[in-house]
Amino acid sequence: MTASGALTVQNVWMEYPGQMVLERINLSLEPGAFCALVGASGCGKTTFLRMLLSIERPTKGSILLDGKPLPAEPHADRGVVFQRYAVFPHLRVLENVALGLHFAASPLTARLFGARRRAAAEQAEAMLESVGLLAARDKYPAQLSGGMQQRLALAQALILKPRLLLLDEPFGALDPGTKSSMHALLKDLWRERGMTVVMVTHDLSEAFSLATRVVAFDRVRLDPQAPTAYGATISFDIKVHRPQKSS
Amino acid sequence: MKRFINYRPTHAATLILAAIPFALAIGAYELASIFRHIDNPNDKLLPSFTALGDAIVRMGFTPDTRTGELLLWVDTLASLRRLALGLLAATALALGLGVTTGLIPYIRAGLSPVIAIISMIPPMAVLPILFITFGLGELSKVVLITLGVAPFMIRDLSLRAGEIPQELLVKAQTLGASTWQIVLRIVLPLIVPRLLDSIRLSLGPAWLFLISAEAIAATDGLGFRIFLMRRYLAMDVILPYVAWITLLAFAMDAALRKTSRGLFPWTALPA
Repeated sequence: MTASGALTVQNVWMEYPGQMVLERINLSLEPGAFCALVGASGCGKTTFLRMLLSIERPTKGSILLDGKPLPAEPHADRGVVFQRYAVFPHLRVLENVALGLHFAASPLTARLFGARRRAAAEQAEAMLESVGLLAARDKYPAQLSGGMQQRLALAQALILKPRLLLLDEPFGALDPGTKSSMHALLKDLWRERGMTVVMVTHDLSEAFSLATRVVAFDRVRLDPQAPTAYGATISFDIKVHRPQKSS
Repeated sequence: MKRFINYRPTHAATLILAAIPFALAIGAYELASIFRHIDNPNDKLLPSFTALGDAIVRMGFTPDTRTGELLLWVDTLASLRRLALGLLAATALALGLGVTTGLIPYIRAGLSPVIAIISMIPPMAVLPILFITFGLGELSKVVLITLGVAPFMIRDLSLRAGEIPQELLVKAQTLGASTWQIVLRIVLPLIVPRLLDSIRLSLGPAWLFLISAEAIAATDGLGFRIFLMRRYLAMDVILPYVAWITLLAFAMDAALRKTSRGLFPWTALPA
């Protein structure tokens, strides 16, 4: 893959009415970086992720992906996995994964037929195999465990080869055993595919075991008379040495 | 000794418990009917079950002396046709307006207030207007049913569309979906099971408006027949008709419920 997925955040501020959420956020990620965002609840990690998704726009500052400003709305260049409502409950596992391919190739009906449908299904099956879900291809998400649902969400997001993969506490609701197998899977997928990853987590050990970059958000300026006057900013930015290619 | 809330009836007990109120009601009716007939053998208010049976045979299985038609079936067909047309129009409106107002902010801003106001108009109050505008034929009755149930269904579906988790809509966008594709593959499939629920909840009001319209101006239909028979105090016809209408409504409700489960197996799965 050519160098793509470089993220540049320049002096971004986010203010809600009467409340500063984020201020002076500067961050630069090289293509293929794995960045973990950590911090206390309510410090604006998720708000930052929503800005990367273009669900919210920064009050000030700019966010560039490969040198170009982010589009004003979510787009296939940035994939996402949420903690809850991560997949579509009305579609079977294979349909969930193939959905992105159907959207891309069939503007009018959003469905493929015949040979093109089979090709999409094959591609989706390969994707399912890489996340270990092929055996569950005809099940509905509600019939899967929490960990399997998140595997499905990853497969669904990755099939369109996004430059940037955004993860909003994707493993927060999983038990420790499932979590560590998800970590191994995510690490493999990231190494294979080389996309840039930004993951919000409140689990520090998760952050340090996965990321090449751990970024902490915190309110460093605090006015006791007006606790919402200052927003959170990046208080630590730690590079973790991690070989990008699998050994 | 367990708490009362922890006792659960077996399957057989559930069936028996459910049957008891029906048995009691039938028994009480029969007793009251017998006592009234002791006082007055010609009592019309509580006809005996034999008289009810005779009326059913007369209405349902004997050609009418004047028209040669089987009146019960003619009435049923006429009423069901009006009901189906009215509900169909309401369903189409609910799908079109409910989904768009629930999903698209510009359409919501433009249409929600006017829909909210229209839903407050008592449909029976505009029935004279409908009769004047559309005449006394089929159209005014169908429009009354549509007008009576569509506002509720539109608002219900609009709420349901608005309740679709933001995450799913964002996810669809990150998969490259356009507004149209999101409506087609995400919103409609998620909403249609709710639409069937909405229709089920609207069956009661729909029958109410149907029978009201038929009572006022019709020449056939279940409601027409009941109100016609009232003039002759013909309880032996009215009671079977009411029971028949109840059975029809119950069957429609059950059919819609089954359809929903059959077409959308994922709705029956534990979330």
